[in-house]
Amino acid sequence: MTANEGWMIAGMMAVTFGIRYFLFALADRIRMAPWIEGSLRFIPPAVLTAITLPAVLLPKGDWQVSFSNPYLVSAIAATAAGILTRNLLSTIAIGLAAFFAYRFFL
Amino acid sequence: MKQPESVQKEEFLSGARDTFPLLLGALPFGLIYGAVAGTSGLSMTAAMAMSALVFAGSSQFIAVGLVSAHTPVAIIVLTTFIVNLRHMLYSATLLPYLKNLPQKWRIPLAFWLTDETFAVTVHRFQKNNSLAFRHWYQLGSSIAMYLNWQFWCFLGLVLGNRIPDAQNWGLDVAMPVTFIGMIIPFIKTIPMVVCVLTAGAASLLTLAMPYKLGIVVSAFAGIASGLMAQRIMDARKGAPQR
Repeated sequence: MTANEGWMIAGMMAVTFGIRYFLFALADRIRMAPWIEGSLRFIPPAVLTAITLPAVLLPKGDWQVSFSNPYLVSAIAATAAGILTRNLLSTIAIGLAAFFAYRFFL
Repeated sequence: MKQPESVQKEEFLSGARDTFPLLLGALPFGLIYGAVAGTSGLSMTAAMAMSALVFAGSSQFIAVGLVSAHTPVAIIVLTTFIVNLRHMLYSATLLPYLKNLPQKWRIPLAFWLTDETFAVTVHRFQKNNSLAFRHWYQLGSSIAMYLNWQFWCFLGLVLGNRIPDAQNWGLDVAMPVTFIGMIIPFIKTIPMVVCVLTAGAASLLTLAMPYKLGIVVSAFAGIASGLMAQRIMDARKGAPQR
């Protein structure tokens, strides 16, 4: 490993850990305003949606809004399964099954 | 009564087990990272050290790309900072659940905080807020993700181009499918519907933004719209009946 590589990894490690740890470090000293605390519950669905939707509609970086896109077919199957079963494992299983069945048979 | 040790072990194991689909989802990315790092000009030690010490998939990919383009270190570090900014949203969300833990817990849990572990733990914490050993659950998920990532990165490095096209195996579908299953239980109120629709629309409108900034912007758009919807509904409820 060269010195340059070492500096790069040390720097990347410092900023990544810094971002992840900053709020945890101050946890005792931070007092959140009630409206901020109330807004935290929107973070998980908002972030997960923002990660998932592009991954499904542009699986390889290009728009693929059609039924020839197995990622989209699988996402639709998973959404239907999630609403009907309200069970995470069956949602995942049905989504994966739809993906591989679609790829295998079509 | 159960012994605390056995509860801790149970929590740890269920955290690891619940992360399983996301381990599958990370598999091809680990292999591809290893293969790409091997040809980027990065030494094998550096490529593995990055996985072991930085442990952030997207920024590792971007860094490797920048290394092969001979980008200066300062720019690579700055880019890493931007790519990983979204993790601050994760620690903010988990803060109320973990603020009573000692630093010897907060430090490793922060180091191991990824998209996947965040999703799995928040899903669990929201369902059941009274678990005394929930940090063990997060630890189980964290360590499973960590070992899984190291293993596939290493294999990718060793095998390099001898692996046929891990990109097209389709295992990456495990992540969106799992996340869909986790989003659905959140959508119970009108403000949540507004939040999810806004974040989704924003994620498609911000595709041109580099370095995952679109995710951060979309998340804020979702949060703001959800809060506004909540305020409007509260105001209507509070208004005197005529």
